[in-house]
Order: sequence, then C-alpha cells, then structure tokens
Amino acid sequence: MITIKEVEKLAELARIKIDDSEKQSLSKEIDSILSYIDQIKEATVDIDYTPIAGPVHNIFREDIVSDTSKEDRERILNEAPDREGDFIAVKKIIAQN
Amino acid sequence: MIDLKTLTIEKAHKAMKDGDFSAVDLAQAYIDNIEKKDKDVHAYLEIYSDVLEQAKEADQRFKNGSATLLTGIPVAVKDNILIKGRIASSASKILENYHAVYSATVIEKLKKEGVVFLGRTNMDEFAMGGSTENSAFGVTKNPHDPSRVAGGSSGGSAVSVAMDGALVSLGSDTGGSIRQPASFCGIVGLKPTYGAVSRYGLMAMGSSLDQIGPFGKTVADVETVFDIIKGNDAKDGTTISPSTYESTRIGKKKPILGVPWHFLSGDGIDKDVLKNFKESLEKLKNLGYEIQDIELPNISYSLPVYYVIMSAEVSSNMSRFDGVKYGLHVDGRDGIDDYFETRGAGFGKEVRRRILLGTYVLSSGYYDAYYNRANALRRVITEDFTHAFEKVDIIVTLTTPAPAFKIGEKTADPVSMYLEDIFTVTANLTGMPAISIPSGYSEIGGKKLPLGIQMTARHGDEKTLFEAGKDFLGE
Repeated sequence: MITIKEVEKLAELARIKIDDSEKQSLSKEIDSILSYIDQIKEATVDIDYTPIAGPVHNIFREDIVSDTSKEDRERILNEAPDREGDFIAVKKIIAQN
Repeated sequence: MIDLKTLTIEKAHKAMKDGDFSAVDLAQAYIDNIEKKDKDVHAYLEIYSDVLEQAKEADQRFKNGSATLLTGIPVAVKDNILIKGRIASSASKILENYHAVYSATVIEKLKKEGVVFLGRTNMDEFAMGGSTENSAFGVTKNPHDPSRVAGGSSGGSAVSVAMDGALVSLGSDTGGSIRQPASFCGIVGLKPTYGAVSRYGLMAMGSSLDQIGPFGKTVADVETVFDIIKGNDAKDGTTISPSTYESTRIGKKKPILGVPWHFLSGDGIDKDVLKNFKESLEKLKNLGYEIQDIELPNISYSLPVYYVIMSAEVSSNMSRFDGVKYGLHVDGRDGIDDYFETRGAGFGKEVRRRILLGTYVLSSGYYDAYYNRANALRRVITEDFTHAFEKVDIIVTLTTPAPAFKIGEKTADPVSMYLEDIFTVTANLTGMPAISIPSGYSEIGGKKLPLGIQMTARHGDEKTLFEAGKDFLGE
C-alpha cells in the first residue's frame, strides 16, 4: 500500500508539485499499477542478473571542439525562459546567510 | 481530382514524373482534404504555412531531373520529432512554444529526398499513452468511428494517413505506439529493429525501447520510407549497420510462421478479433505458408516488465524539463521551487503518474525487487524469442486484444489502458522488428472497426516482414 506520505516523498524526489486531491488518486492508481507489476516477483525461472551488452558497442570520438554557428547559438539561447546576453539566467542559488 | 484513397508512393511518383499532376497539386489535394476532415478527428496540431513552397521546390527537382522516389511525397510528422525552426511540443504544455533548434536525422534524410512536410500530428503527451487522450491539446478521434479513440501514442500520425490527410507519416514506438494505432485505423505501421533508425532528434521516452517508424496504407510505402530513414548514425550510439545482425532465415521459399497459441487464448481477447485472426492464418496457409505452434514460456511477464523499465526510463528522461534551458517556466519562491512549479504545471496527469512510478521502482529498497528483476526478466523473454526463432522466421500474434475502444472508456483505470499494449511491448523489450498489418473489420454498432495482425521477426530482418506483409495484403 502506497501511503499519501510516500506519494509526497516521490513527488519531492521528482521535483513535481502535486495538489492534495491528486495525491489521493495517485496513491490509489500507483497501488493498482504496482499490484499488477508485482507478478514479476512470482517468476520462478532462473534469473541471470548480469546486464546484457548486446551487439552494439561504445562509439568513441576525438574530443574536438566543434563551433556552433552564431545563429544556432541564438536559437538555443532564445529558447531559454530567461537570458542575459549570451547566458541563460537563473535565480540566485546560494542564499545569503 | 487526384484519387488519394488508392494513392501510393510509387503511383504518386510516376504521376509527378509523367506530369499527370505536380507536387503542388498533390500537396494542395492533401491540404484540401485535411481542411475538410481534420476538424472531426483532430489528427494535426499544426499545418505548416510553407507546404506549397516545399512542393514548388519538389517540382523543380522533377524539372531538373534530380527527383527521387520520395520527392514531393506529402509526409506528416509526430510532434516529438524535431524539425529545425518549427514547433515540436510532444503535445505537452511544457513545450507548447518550443522551437526545435536542430533537425532529427530522419528529417534530414527525408528532406534530402525532397519530401513535403505537411504538419505535426497529435499524440499522447511525450508519447505516454495508448489512445492520444493524454494530449494537452485535445483527443484525436478514429476516422472509422469518431466516438472511438485512434489509438496511441502516435494517434495523429495514424489518422493523418487513414483519412488521406498525408500519404505516409512518421511515428515513434516505445511499447506499441505505432502498431496499435495502425491497427485501430486500418493501416500499416512498422516498429523497426532497435537501432535500425537513428533517434537523434526524437524526444526520448524510454531510451532502451524507443524507435521511430513509418505509417502507410501499404507495406510497400512503409518499406520505402524505412529504407530511406534507416542506417547508422554517429549522432545515435545505439544505431546498427546492415551487418550487425546476420540473416538466419530458415524458410527457403516462404518464411515459416509461428503462433504462440498459449498466449492468445486469454479472457481479455475479443471474440471477433480471435475469429479474424484465425481467418488471417487460414489465408496465410492458403498462400503457402507453413504455420507452427510455438511456446514463449515467459511472455506473460512482458507487460509488467515493460511498465517497470519504461517508467524508470521515463523518470530519468523527463528530468531535463526544469524551466531553465527551454520550455515553460513557472516562477516559484526560489530556484528549486521553480522546478516544482514548472513541472507541476507543465506535465499532464499521465506523465506525472509515470514519473512517480519510475521514481518508486528506482528508489533504494525497491530497486532490486523491481528494476533489476525486470531487466533480468527482459533478458529471459528475449532468450525465449531467440529460441523460437530457431524454428520459425516470423511470429504472428494479434496487434491488440480488441478493436478501438470508446473515448473515455479506459481513462479512469490506468491498468486497463496499459493492457492494450499486451501484444506489442514484447518487440520493444526484445528489440526485434514488428509490423501491424490490416486484417479486416469487426462490426460494432453499425460501424466497421479495423483489426490488425502483428508479425515479429529476428533482429535486423524487416525484409522478411515486408515480404510476408505484401503477400498477405496481395501487393
């Protein structure tokens, strides 16, 4: 059973504001999803926990600086909710005292 | 008048080459049809204002002899695939006004061929859902019965083709999001092998599951688009090359088919759907296919395994939306409160639900029981499939347990919505290619609702799917 408190904890970890009525419905819905998902605990097959690498391998490249055009940089910066010159502006992170 | 209903890429290409109609005529015919029909189904979120200019460029290529098979072909694109300079919102409030700053590799490839991009199509927000009801901008309706869903998450892309509002379209498939709406709308939809098509420029949902794929009215159209968009891409480290998987086809003349009957006799399967499936197999038999009964011992764990892995990957992929770099920003008390406010206001209900579920299965204390175990079972399921492919070349199942459901029917119960994916998620877990092919209709309340069958092949063996699919549809 997922409690309201646990939903609050998850929302805090996920950085999402959730109002009280939704906390209620989320605890019920997540509960019903988890009880469905819990089937995987019943599987009796031999389980090998080594991760599968697959046929795809890491791709390496030289660490070379590739310049972005001025227009592309402008496009990217213009998508930011707040900018100052060539920087993305954010609120002050370190509080005073 | 151009007959859009029976139009294929090949026919359109020939007509443009012979001068029967121009790319501008063709684009105009689609725009007219969209204007007539889209208000009832809402497949599109935006029709681009420069469609005719694009078509004029295509006509130039026919004049100067540089036209290819896809030049001038009108294409619709799911709203989670980036086209530089155009809005790509993933049907989410958090990206409502986001302009893509670069183009996806699939878009670059299609652009090189000179296709005409008609517009961007509606979807479940961030591709999370199976009905396109989770769009922040309204539901897409099924053209065969507007009281029913189009399927999802690529519902808009499926409907755009089904209503002749595009000749072909692109979608993305994480657990069935191309194949299920293709089945509901009576068209062909392909989820390629994991890594066959570059995802550079596709908004990530479940990174170990996502693939971009085409919709079309015919298998040949889907194959043509797939052949252009596939291929190794340095910008997506998971892409494969043609030699990654070797062909181990068994059936000399025709591929050998396998049917996991033990998985197709459950309670949740519609009677008409099962009857249609048996008729489809009979048809394949008459076409000379050998059909075997096969066992996939752990397939029943696929859906719960999928929901653990997918939600875990969703919770980390969605963390990039912070109200700082791009998209919506809602002001809070301080920097960290901005995140809470922005993400609370910007994400819809299903997205919030999946992020929390993913956070739960990844949290310490539950990680081993859920995420680790699901990954281990994913491997077991994949081995079951690999084992089955020692005897057969294609595994045939239903695409969905029932035809399109009523709008609103499953919104209150997430698990019933998730069960829609029961036959499709396996191809995403195993990474194998799978195609949904229209197989007939089920008549409900005087409306003919399309049905589909799904064929899955070995990694890298889309060719065999196309071969059997064309045979089945008589192409």
